[in-house]
Amino acid sequence: MVAAHGAAMNAREEVLGRIRRAAGNGPAPATGAVPRAYRSRGDLRGSQLLDLLAARLTDYKCSVRRCWPGELASAIAAAILDRGARSIVLPPGLGLPLPDPATTGADLTLVVDDGFSAEHLDRFDGVITTATVAIAETGTIALDGSSGQGRRALTLIPDYHLCVVYEHQIVCLVPEAVAALTPERPLTWISGPSATSDIELDRVEGVHGPRTLEIILVAADGPAHATERGELCQST
Amino acid sequence: MSTFLGLPTAPAGVGHLRGSEPFPVAARRALADTQLRRNLAKATSTIRAKRARVVAELPDWEELREAGRAIKAHTLAHLDTYLEQLESQVTARGGTVHWARDAPEANRIVTGLVRSAMATEVVKVKSITTDEIGLNDALAAAGISAVETDLAELIVQLDHDRPSHILVPAIHKNRSEIREIFLREMADVDPGLTDVPAALTQAARQHLRRKFLSAKVGISGANFAVAETGTLCVVESEGNGRMCLTLPDTLITVMGIEKVIPRWADLGVFLQLLPRSATGERMNPYTSMWTGVTPGDGPQDFHLVLLDNGRTAALADPDGRPALSCIRCSACLNVCPVYERVGGHAYGSVYPGPIGAILSPLLTGIEDNASLPYASSLCGACYEACPVKIDIPSILVEQRARHVEATHGRSAEAITMAAAAWAMSDPARFAAAQRGGQLGRLLARHGVIRRLPSPLSGWTAARDAPAPPRETFRQWWRRTGRP
Ligand code: SF4
Repeated sequence: MVAAHGAAMNAREEVLGRIRRAAGNGPAPATGAVPRAYRSRGDLRGSQLLDLLAARLTDYKCSVRRCWPGELASAIAAAILDRGARSIVLPPGLGLPLPDPATTGADLTLVVDDGFSAEHLDRFDGVITTATVAIAETGTIALDGSSGQGRRALTLIPDYHLCVVYEHQIVCLVPEAVAALTPERPLTWISGPSATSDIELDRVEGVHGPRTLEIILVAADGPAHATERGELCQST
Repeated sequence: MSTFLGLPTAPAGVGHLRGSEPFPVAARRALADTQLRRNLAKATSTIRAKRARVVAELPDWEELREAGRAIKAHTLAHLDTYLEQLESQVTARGGTVHWARDAPEANRIVTGLVRSAMATEVVKVKSITTDEIGLNDALAAAGISAVETDLAELIVQLDHDRPSHILVPAIHKNRSEIREIFLREMADVDPGLTDVPAALTQAARQHLRRKFLSAKVGISGANFAVAETGTLCVVESEGNGRMCLTLPDTLITVMGIEKVIPRWADLGVFLQLLPRSATGERMNPYTSMWTGVTPGDGPQDFHLVLLDNGRTAALADPDGRPALSCIRCSACLNVCPVYERVGGHAYGSVYPGPIGAILSPLLTGIEDNASLPYASSLCGACYEACPVKIDIPSILVEQRARHVEATHGRSAEAITMAAAAWAMSDPARFAAAQRGGQLGRLLARHGVIRRLPSPLSGWTAARDAPAPPRETFRQWWRRTGRP
């Protein structure tokens, strides 16, 4: 504590005292609950959710690739190599199939986060993570710092963020995402790459956060979809 | 004029809640600046169209607004309970909570915290609350430089100017003006810089990068604080917020006491209302939420400063209280015909536009911002746009009545009757009042005539209406004497 303890206590008691006096002067508190007639659950399912999320991500200038689980390794490799990213930092427990630098032919290094300094993180070209939840209606991915995502600085400093989202992680609406997340974890919601509209309301992508955000959407596997495979795995 | 229950207002002489001149004087000068009017018209019409599009996408927008309004009203009625809950949750998760009665006390607390972190430079993410209390001036007086990192705030800071919009503080400047500021004020800028927004943005990125990576102390405001969990929430676009909230060792968040919300689930309402109303996006690029301190991730020293500075005086005002529900989206600015013509500086406060016209006098007391309640044509567009349904026109009219009551020593009712008579005594004025809906407002509430029509306002002198009234209400009042 910097402020003298006594002074701090006084300010606290005084502000709370003012609030109690002021509250008595207001209208009587409404009884009854807050009306929550807004949508709390969406009605889209499965591939509809995937389609909406893909469309909304693209609308906010994310690169989107779609694939089936068996194609994930090649999708990740293609994304990194197409981007020209050569040094990639990884969260401690990514749990995704990664390209083998020895066989890609490219000069690729994959390094697991070791508590690097901010300056050190700035030397990586990119980062690969998973997400915890994605919101289809708003084109949002939410990260909660779990082992596939790592600490917040990891997805902030490198200029390229590749994020893998599975179909079962997608919800339709914002209230569903809020309900699915754990508030005690450090949360970052990301909707497109960093952007500004501060100059004449012209939107410019890429300010201080990663200038490129790329999402790989992994459809749940199933026999009904088997024939669509070739079409679904595309880059937009 | 004293406040309700004698609760103290925001003290004068510190911070930025009071203008140096009355609104009509500042407005008249702004109206003469054609470049300013062009910049504002372009920006506000763009943002209005974007907002309308994304609001129309949601089938339950009205239900969300009603929930937002009700959550805020409930919170304000139980503010002590929720603040105590917030305090105990933040403390339990490793944060430290400070209480500040007013701006000088908040500035002292923050300055002391920065000093004990042995920092001489802090990075700041845009926070109107810290601007309200004049924190940068207080830090500078203590030898600490505060670096604004939001692009628009950086532009304003480099130009030694003042913000003019809640959300787009440099809305009054166009690209070529911004280019000139960067060339003049950024030591490390490329002299070949063009005025393309992308190029200007990259110049800002380079200018700030090293500061972010080496920052010891970050200072932020908060959009929401959840009492139930102790979670703080900041919404932003550029990533400068994430930098300030994540990289420094020490994080200091300064928050008005009215920003608390009761439950975690309430964020599901506000994180829909705010981005769509503010930037006209389905979701802003980045939203950060943190609860106390997380080992191994982000600042390990977290301080939350809870600020009164006139908020309890506003809370005690039964008519003004709903102004504390404001989530600072700025939708009311963007739809306001007065704001669109005069810009933010004319209001003289960090809170411009319709919300500023009610909030600033509530925080300072009406006598220090007496002309602001007249800075409106009472057209009602702000009320319709407001995501938490603050009835700004009605609060404006209450404040006008109170001001007139205080300065003329007459009852508001008597003055209002006279004002109504004035409006009705002239066919042109009567037509204008009818068009603007003021007569309805005038006669509506509780069957008692309490409303003052717009043309009597100080604003009348400055507004660019096609046919200015031959005589203002005040002149008429003086000439005809007391009814
Ligand atoms: S008063 Fe309403 S519309 Fe205006 S800034 Fe506040 S929340 Fe937004």
